[in-house]
Formats: sequence, C-alpha cells, structure tokens
Amino acid sequence: MTDARTEILSRIRGALGSADSSAGAAGTTGAAGTAGVTRAPSVVPREYRSAGEHAPGSDAVLEVLIDRLVDYKAEVHRTTPKDLPRLLARLIPQRSAERQVVGSSDYRSPDVLPTTPSTPRGAVVVPHGIDQAWVSAMGGVEVRTDSREAPLSAAELDEVDAVVTAARVAVAETGTIVLDGEADQGRRAVSLVPDVHVCVVRTDQVVQTVPEAVRLLGADPERPLTWISGPSATSDIELERVEGVHGPRTLHVVLLS
Amino acid sequence: MRIALAATCIADAMFPQAPRAVVTLLERLGHEVVFPAGQACCGQMHVNTGYLADAVPVVQNHVRTFAPVTDGEWDAVVVPSGSCTGSIRHQQSMVLERAGLHSEARAAAAVAELTYELSELLVDVLGVTDVGAWFPHRVTYHPTCHSLRMLGVGDKPERLLRAVEGLELAPLAEAEGCCGFGGTFSLKNAETSAAMLDDKVATVVDTGAEVLTAGDWSCLMHIGGGLSRGGTGVRPMHLAEILASTRESPVVPGRHGSGRSGATTEVAR
Amino acid sequence: MSTFLGMPAARDRRGPGPDAAPGTLSGVGRPEDPLHWGASFPDAAKAALDNGQLRRNLGKATSTIRTKRARVVGEVPDWEALRDAGSAVKTDVMARLPELLEELERNVTARGGVVHWARDAAEANRIVADLVRARDTDEVVKVKSMATQEIGLNEALAEEGIAAVETDLAELIVQLADDMPSHILVPAIHRNRTEIRDIFLERMADAPPDLTDVPRELAMAARAHLRRKFLSAKVAISGANFAVADTGTLAVVESEGNGRMCLTMPETLITVMGIEKLIPTFDDLEVFLQLLPRSSTGERMNPYTSMWTGVTPGDGPQEFHLVLLDNGRTKVLADEAGRAALHCIRCSACLNVCPVYERVGGHAYGSVYPGPIGAILTPQLTGEESDLPYASTLCGACYEVCPVKIDIPSILVELRAREVSMTAGSAGDTADRVWSAAMKAASFAMADGARFRRAARVPRLLRAISRNGVIRKLPFPGSLWTRSRDLMEPPKQTFRDWWDGREDQR
Ligand code: SF4
Repeated sequence: MTDARTEILSRIRGALGSADSSAGAAGTTGAAGTAGVTRAPSVVPREYRSAGEHAPGSDAVLEVLIDRLVDYKAEVHRTTPKDLPRLLARLIPQRSAERQVVGSSDYRSPDVLPTTPSTPRGAVVVPHGIDQAWVSAMGGVEVRTDSREAPLSAAELDEVDAVVTAARVAVAETGTIVLDGEADQGRRAVSLVPDVHVCVVRTDQVVQTVPEAVRLLGADPERPLTWISGPSATSDIELERVEGVHGPRTLHVVLLS
Repeated sequence: MRIALAATCIADAMFPQAPRAVVTLLERLGHEVVFPAGQACCGQMHVNTGYLADAVPVVQNHVRTFAPVTDGEWDAVVVPSGSCTGSIRHQQSMVLERAGLHSEARAAAAVAELTYELSELLVDVLGVTDVGAWFPHRVTYHPTCHSLRMLGVGDKPERLLRAVEGLELAPLAEAEGCCGFGGTFSLKNAETSAAMLDDKVATVVDTGAEVLTAGDWSCLMHIGGGLSRGGTGVRPMHLAEILASTRESPVVPGRHGSGRSGATTEVAR
Repeated sequence: MSTFLGMPAARDRRGPGPDAAPGTLSGVGRPEDPLHWGASFPDAAKAALDNGQLRRNLGKATSTIRTKRARVVGEVPDWEALRDAGSAVKTDVMARLPELLEELERNVTARGGVVHWARDAAEANRIVADLVRARDTDEVVKVKSMATQEIGLNEALAEEGIAAVETDLAELIVQLADDMPSHILVPAIHRNRTEIRDIFLERMADAPPDLTDVPRELAMAARAHLRRKFLSAKVAISGANFAVADTGTLAVVESEGNGRMCLTMPETLITVMGIEKLIPTFDDLEVFLQLLPRSSTGERMNPYTSMWTGVTPGDGPQEFHLVLLDNGRTKVLADEAGRAALHCIRCSACLNVCPVYERVGGHAYGSVYPGPIGAILTPQLTGEESDLPYASTLCGACYEVCPVKIDIPSILVELRAREVSMTAGSAGDTADRVWSAAMKAASFAMADGARFRRAARVPRLLRAISRNGVIRKLPFPGSLWTRSRDLMEPPKQTFRDWWDGREDQR
C-alpha cells in the first residue's frame, strides 16, 4: 500500500492530466498537462487597487479609520506622546471596575447584573518591549510585564483587567489593527485574555487599504499575526450583532501623533 | 433592417400574442420581419434538464435555420425571451462542442453574436426607447432571472416602458427574486416552486398594478398561473404586447392571460 | 442518536429530516454520513416548507445578511477586479496543486510543524484521534470548521472517549441540540433566540437558570461556559480558511475570539484542511481578505483573523500538526467542468441569495454543504447519484455574488447531464424513465420546423377542458403544475399558422 501522501499527489496529477490543464487562466501554457511537470504560475489579473489614494497617516486616512472603528464599537482616542501616559492611566481603571470572576457560575454579563469588582484597583499587563514612558503615569494601577521568556500563565492573565499593546499596522478602510507579536505587542495570549485591550497606534502606521498592509506584513510573514477589527462579536443568534464574546469585550484604540 | 424572428417554441405554441406583437412593433418602426419556417426551439429545456445529447439535434436545427444571418441574409435575429436568448448565447456552442461538432459550435457562436433579446434589439441595435406606444394602464415589471443575470439587460425594459404614453409603472418589491419557475424545476420541486410563486404573487398584488409584464412568457406563464389561481385579476402581458399597443390599435388587457380567447388582444395590422 | 441501519444504499438517507416537529429542542441527529443524510431533496424541502417557524427564521436572517452584504460590497470601487483576481488565483492553484502542496509542506515543516496526509475521512479521523490520545487528554476545544464537519470528526473522537467541544456559538448550539448545521457560516440559522435559550437551559449545565432570550445574554452565557475550557485545554482542533504555500502560513477568519482562544492557548494545535484551501503567495491574502468578510458576514472585516506559520517559540501552541485532506476532492478535480467547485472560500453568500435555500433551509440538502455550493460540491465529493443538481431554478443569483466567480448554474447543468447519464446506465426508476422518454420525444419534435408545426397544435386540444381562459386541473404529471397554479388556455392558432395565413393574404 502506498502512503497517503504519495497517493494523494498522484491522484491530483492524474486528475489534472486526464482533464488537460486548460483550467489555467489566460497565460498558462497548454503543454503542462502531463504528470509531474511543474507548471508555471498563470498570470493573475490584478487590476484592483494596490494602494489607496491617500498617504499613510494622512488626515483623510485617519478619518476613515476612526469612522470604521466607531462603527464596529471600538472606542477611539487621539492623543500626543506627552498626554498618552495620562490617557492610558485613565482608560485602565475606567473599565476595570466591571471586571468579575468570569467563568464562575454566578458570572453574568455586566449589562445584565453588575457585581462588585474583584479587586479595588486595576491591574494591567504589558508586553516587555512596550515604551516604558507609556506606563509611567499609571499610578495606582498594578503593571505586570509579560514576555516569551517570562510568560504569565493563563490564569494570571485572566486576573488582570486590561492589556496595553502597540500595533504593527492599521487599515483604514476596514477599521483593522494588526499585531505581529513583536516585543511591543506581546504574545498572542496577552492581547486576548484580558477583558480590555488598549491598543496604541501611531498615526504613521495607518494605511488606507488591505493590500498596503499585506505587503508590509509580508516582510515578516512568519510572525504570528492577529488582525483585529473592533471588539469580538457574534451574529450567530438571528444575525443580531452582539459585541464582546470571547475576546476582549472592550477595545480602545489610541491614535498617537 | 431585415430582422429574423425566433418566436420561441413556447410562445409559438402557447402565447402567439407575443411574437405577433413583435411583428407589429418592428413593422411599425419601419423594419422588415421574416419568420424562418425551419425553426422550432433553442434547446434550452433539454440542456437545463441535463439531456445534453437530446439537445444536440434541437440546437443544430436552430443554428441551421438562423445561419443565414451570418451571411447577411438578415441583419439580426430577435427573440422575445431573455432565457432563450441566454441559451442561444451561452449554451448552444457548448452543447455542440461537447458533442464533438466543432465547426457547428463555431457557427452557433456566430449566430449568437447577431441574436438579441427584444429590449436589447430596440435599445442597443435600433437605438429607440420611445417606440410610440400608448397603454393607459398601471403596470409592474418583473425582471426575469435570465434577462437580468445571464443577459444583463439592466433597465432597458423599464426605459422602454417609461416611454410608453399613459403607462404608469409601479415598482415591484423584491423584484429580482426568482418566481420559482425554473423550467422543469416547477415539476421536480413543485412545492418549493409554489412557495416561491406565492411570494412573487404577493409582491405583484401589492403593487396595485393591473398588468404584470416581463420579457419572457415562460415566467409569465408561471406567475400568471399563480395570479389567476389566486383570483387576483392582475393580467400577465409580454413586454412586446405593451410596446405594440397604440392609440390607433390599442391592446386591451384581457381577462385571463391577456384575454387570449377573445378578440380583445388582437393586434390590428 | 445515530443507529446504523445497515446497508447504505444510494438513496437510503438517514435522519428524521428538518421537520422534526417545530418547537422541539432536539435537532436532526448526527447522521452516519455527513455528506448524505435525510430524505430526498424534494421531500425534505416539502417538510421544511411546512414548518412556518423555520421559514420565518430563515427569511429574516437571509434578508438581513443580504442587505448587509450588498451595502459593504457596494462601497468597494474595485470589487469586480478583486473577484477576477480571486477567481484567477484559484484557477492557478488547481492547475499547480501538487507543487503548491509540496511547497506548503516544506514551509510548514521548516517552521516546526508536522504535516499529515489523509486520503479519506476515516484516515483523517484516525490521525487526529491518535494525536489527541498521545497528548493524554480526553477533551479538546474546536474552532468551527467545515472540513471536520464533513469527516464527522467529533463523532469519531467520541468513539475513542474524547469529547470535542465546539466553541463557535452557533456550532455550540448545534452540538448541544444534537443537530446538524444548516448554513456554512451561521450553522444555527434555523434557530431563533427562544429556541436557543431553551437549548441552553436544558443542555448546558452551567447556564444561569433565569437566562432570558436576549442575544447578548445568550452570548455571555456561552462565554462563561467556555472560558474555563479555553484556559485549560491542552489540545485544539481547527480548520483553515487559507494556507499560503510560499510561506507556510495558515489563516483562520472568525468573529467571536473563540478561534483566537483555540489557536493561542493550548499547547497543541491540530488543523484539518482540505487540499484546495491553498493560495500560492502571502500577497494573495490581500485579495481574499477583502473578498471573504464582505461576502460572508457583510462586514468590512471580520473582528479577528489569526495567521500563524508553524510554531513560534514562546508564543502560542508549541506543537502544530496540519492534516491535509482529500476525501473526494481529487475526484472533483478530475472533472474539468465541475472543478471550479473547489475554488469555494465558504463565504456562504450564495446561500443567502438563493431563493431555494431561503425557503427550505440547509437541512433539506442532506449534507454539511447546503445551498448552491452544496448542490454542486456534495454530489461531486460523493460521486453518488443525487437530486441536488435539480434543487435550483438556475436563476443565477449565486453566480452573481460569488466572490470567486464560480459559475454555479453552469456546473449544475453539467451535473444534471451527469445524473442523466448515470440513470441511463442503470435501470433507473419509473420517473427517470418517463423523463427520459419525454425528453427523447421532445427532442424529435423540436429538431425540425415541420414536425414542430404539428406538435405545436397539440396543446389546442386542452381548450376542451378550459374554463374562462384557464385550465385549473390536469391529471398527473400536469397536476404537478395545476396543484398550485392555473395553466393558461392554449390559443386556437399557433404563431406559425397565423404567420402563414398572413403571408397567404399578401
Ligand atoms: S460558492 Fe462562492 S458564494 Fe458560495 S460559499 Fe463558495 S465562495 Fe461563497
């Protein structure tokens, strides 16, 4: 008996050979029908926009991004490096009061039944490569640092109220922020488990279109990528959108310029 | 122009008022209409039901009959049906090709190039939207699926209707939804077809129109059958019948199915 | 709930069908064969049509999503160019599939992943079960995946004592209700909020007893139910939306964050993927990440997309297995006309616009792949006789919205031709023989003008039974028509007889 790999590959070659390879789009040479012959990539028409008409970080692009983010129920803030620490300090405790022991049987949605906060003051996790100036003003907030070398456990992450990360790139037209796991964005678990995600995006990181972002990310395709467009959501019940399921239920996007 | 008429099998046998109206209309616009007697059917029913081999002689007959258009015998072929035009354009050469009839497949493609659905012929080829018609009734238009998606006739039929004097065009809700006919679908999946028909009939009735029109008698036969069963009083009429109507020779919507039994829809010539 | 009844005959489809009394919590049960279950399409459709609640649920849901899709597609100026590119990329993938799969394998392996190949469902299930057992756990968390639905993975794991927990909200609902998905994207589209509340209360041990049917509350109950499982699971199982050959990157597109949880928290990740899910280059993502979300959920972008390439030390699962699944796909590939069904990116837009799907729902198709795509994919995957190619009016709405431009109506016609030749080869049942004879006779009559002249006069005989210009009742098979609609009375004179008379007078 041949192994599955060999058999599947030969089935495919047989299937393509028997049905000649005219399936290739315009540009494919017809000679490639026989088994085992490496076919040249066919020409793919790429008439779509490879970039937007507005420059990254331009006012027009930012305006679109904000519109899309707000539409998907993300909270958007604009600030400067000078005011950023204070803004972050304000955002953390602001939401952390809602935190509850998620997973316990008496857990209820904050909208349904507010319960007493589990800890009087907020705790925030940050990836170790984050700009230290950002967290400098978070007086009264417990700041914990996570890294690949010294990761917090899932349970520990579940204890904190919020996470602050940077971002790799943002796409205006789709209201998307992409994290690529570098030291200022952290492990994927860090931006996932806490209930509030504060994501700081430099305005020069905002591009207009998806292709611009993909080409940028393609420089390091092996990095683990998380594309985030608003807080987690579901439309599984009568297609009615409910924001906030398993991922962070609150997404703050801080635009820094 | 010398225009060959492909009447379509269903209209020839069941709804002759549509091809007759095409003749009246085109002659009124100053064109000559010929009816090549060898024609029968475009083969769509066989193709869409999966009987491709049985479709071959039917398609061959159509191509043979209309081949003179490629030699300039006629300037164009007109078909008062979106789905038959679609089949001529998108299926005939495929059917012949599969049967290994390569040169006939090429001939089919050449005939198809010069074949037009009625609204296409009027608007694109003859360049008219106001055909000088008069039809003082409230009308709603159902864009049949094949006219809409296979041919992409767009708003040509509506433009023609809007130019008709006295005609009040009532917008149809969910207009682009299929009526559930689908040829043999209406028999093979009779219940599902009926459910779709019910919804279409309801939206037609909601328009308050006196007449339902479309570019295809097959769909009109289906919706018309539902309108009649429901006792709605709305009459189905082909687009050509409305465009053929003038003050001098008005076409009056008949009782059932444009009054085919009476003399009311007789198109005077 | 599945009891094996014995010999699986071609038309022996199991399961009670979609009509399992409205109001009952239990669904249609888990069938023996996820690609072939329940009654015939016309019968199952009929039952579904009789279920008013189902029709209301479906009608509301599909019209909502159609509107959303149309709005967000309308705002993309280069939508048609994106569709052209998407279609061409997929055509290219099929033409170069062996090389691209080998390239993917090389790149995944180079980044610390392990690639497995599975010829069929049984082999894929075996591979996954062995991997899970070796990780010493009896519970795995799962991200919604069509491929694992198709191979019945959950049932196979259950037989080995492994509980597979569906974490997508709709899949969870379907799983709790012992049901089958009825939509590719929204598997519980056939359920309304009250039914879902009742399912949770009855089947989810930790559901709050005073749970209401507010969607937000239901979603929060699911969050609470799954949270501990996410944080403690050792193994996760996922599908993949895309696999990039030139980098070895996999992508999962989702909304709720359950995907991120599964792809991030456990130590081991097992991804089961059909061999057709490939795209050649990382840059090709720029096409599909625009086409997919707008076509499927009608959003500009889905809330979360995760991409990973093998294993990233210190971040996410430290063990990654990729199972490449054939299970009939190479059969589809061998059919040049039907091959394009493999281009599908499972957006479900074709379901939402389909007038047949909208009325009968997903279960009538008797396959995990319902709707227009199911009608072309299922019969090709199984290679069996099927009535699904006829479950369409060929209205073309599916082709119009398909982001990768699969000409579904043309493939349906091809498959009908295949059905006809299959039944011609076998004895066929009476209906098949009647159809075939009728088509032969019609072909003869319609292949010649003179013969058609005579044939076209025949309907005139029906004038004898018409009243007020219509015929209200015909014997079988005409009754299939007149049961729901009148037939207009045929004319006294055919068109060509009129024409000749007119010519004579000239
Ligand atoms: S066939 Fe096209 S429209 Fe249907 S699910 Fe697949 S990609 Fe989407």
